[in-house]
Amino acid sequence: MSTLTTDIATGFDVERIREDFPVLKQTIHGKPLVYLDNAATAQKPQAVIDAIRKFLEVDCANIHRGVHELSQRSTAAYEETRAKMKRFLNARSRKELIFVRGTTEGINLVASSWGHKNVREGDEIVVSAMEHHSNIVPWQMLCEATGAKLRVIPIDDRGELILEEYARLLNPRTRMVAVAHVSNALGTINPVKEIVAMAHRAGALALVDGAQAAPHLRVDVQALDADFYALSGHKMVGPTGIGILYGKTKLLNAMPPYQGGGDMIKSVTFEKTTYNDLPYRFEAGTPNIAGGIGLGAAVDYLSQIGLDRIAAYEHELLLYGTRALAEIPGLRIIGTAREKAAVLSFVIEGIHPHDIGTVLDRLGIAVRTGHHCAQPVMERFGVPATTRASLAFYNTRGEIDALVAGLRKVKEVFA
Amino acid sequence: MVHDLYQETILDHSKHPRNCHELCGANHQAEGFNPLCGDKLKLYLKLKDDVVEDASFVGSGCAISTASASLMTESLKGLKREEALRLLERFHDLLTTDSPVTQELGKLVVFCGVRDYPARVKCATLAWHTLKSALENQEEPVTTE
Repeated sequence: MSTLTTDIATGFDVERIREDFPVLKQTIHGKPLVYLDNAATAQKPQAVIDAIRKFLEVDCANIHRGVHELSQRSTAAYEETRAKMKRFLNARSRKELIFVRGTTEGINLVASSWGHKNVREGDEIVVSAMEHHSNIVPWQMLCEATGAKLRVIPIDDRGELILEEYARLLNPRTRMVAVAHVSNALGTINPVKEIVAMAHRAGALALVDGAQAAPHLRVDVQALDADFYALSGHKMVGPTGIGILYGKTKLLNAMPPYQGGGDMIKSVTFEKTTYNDLPYRFEAGTPNIAGGIGLGAAVDYLSQIGLDRIAAYEHELLLYGTRALAEIPGLRIIGTAREKAAVLSFVIEGIHPHDIGTVLDRLGIAVRTGHHCAQPVMERFGVPATTRASLAFYNTRGEIDALVAGLRKVKEVFA
Repeated sequence: MVHDLYQETILDHSKHPRNCHELCGANHQAEGFNPLCGDKLKLYLKLKDDVVEDASFVGSGCAISTASASLMTESLKGLKREEALRLLERFHDLLTTDSPVTQELGKLVVFCGVRDYPARVKCATLAWHTLKSALENQEEPVTTE
């Protein structure tokens, strides 16, 4: 850890930040809430709640339609989020940002629209062994429909992708490489820039699942050279039901629409329909307007704190948590990648994660237990499930201490 | 704190599950799966003249699901098929309703705390869903979803 990042982390006023999150000011079963399930969804700051509320109370109207004042206000606020996301991801143009329901829909959009146009029998799609089900199943469905083959990049015991194996998988039949930027189950930060470059050298495209990366580290889609990048608003302190699919203009322009309906057309007759331009061509129907506006407030909030400061602070927490958990006898951390986001997935010998989760809940501590929608990862590590504490920039060392105390209690109950 | 859920008998049966083995001569069997937590269970029954002569299980699961399978296999022995199905209904009522606890349940009353933990009802019922499937001799694994 360099002195610079340590300074940044030390200067981080977490208590003041916590004041921004109303949900954190409550007790659960009589204990202060310790929310460590951020990889599932992040909590929302007051600024996001206020933005949604203002839309619903003051500016509510459909977008891209009316000439009246309210419609202009709501359209402006919604489209402003697109502009903010362009800056947030460093996209070239706002046309490259498609509003979707979340990462899952973003990936499905590409698998369905790009996939059915470009993938043929005998072609290959590459995913990794650490993918969330949402970056496996859409590609499996595409393979089933087209006769293409799904190939899987293996991972090692630390939970890192084995890049030599990846290189061996690439061949002239590879059409798409779809990988997570950060693993939700292990916390591994993948070298996506290198993965994308390798895919391109093989003549394939690359899609990056950014659901777990966008809230925790700076993302620059041009630097990564990703062809597609998908993310979810609710993981980055925004609302659920809204997300972004980034795609390179040239690729998006060549793709057929994903869904048909209003807003995605220029003109409709029963003889012929002309589709709208980007980005609207992929945005059929009235979208989640309140969600889109809330996402804009979330991006503002994260940007004000700064993703670099967030990443540095969370890294400090991760190191603290890793050391603290290591002191619990019988506990094994699953996922020990050298580049890692603040995810602590673990198993305790002889105690099922579900039982751990229930006892922790009674102590006010929220963790995720189960397979984290990544069953192949569980299989790789030979466990049916793990307990996962996933941290955010509003978590504290004190909360990690509470987790450790909670786990000691768990061990007492099941001793 | 959580002792209303994890009563002594439950902890005992989860650490030392009874009838936890494959069953030679089983004539009914079924698999159960809880996709939410990855719990898996295989249940074996030996029925003679419509009476459960022996019952056993293998699998991996949390304390609640393991103890439930263990106590269930104990309770089943000697029951007629329809008695086993009635016990299943009583057990389900115990977990999901406020109905008074009936004597019929015997040792199974230790699971009464589960009704206050809705997220754990599926753990306690996995073995029983599998029982129903085994008695009907379904080929497909049952899931709690």
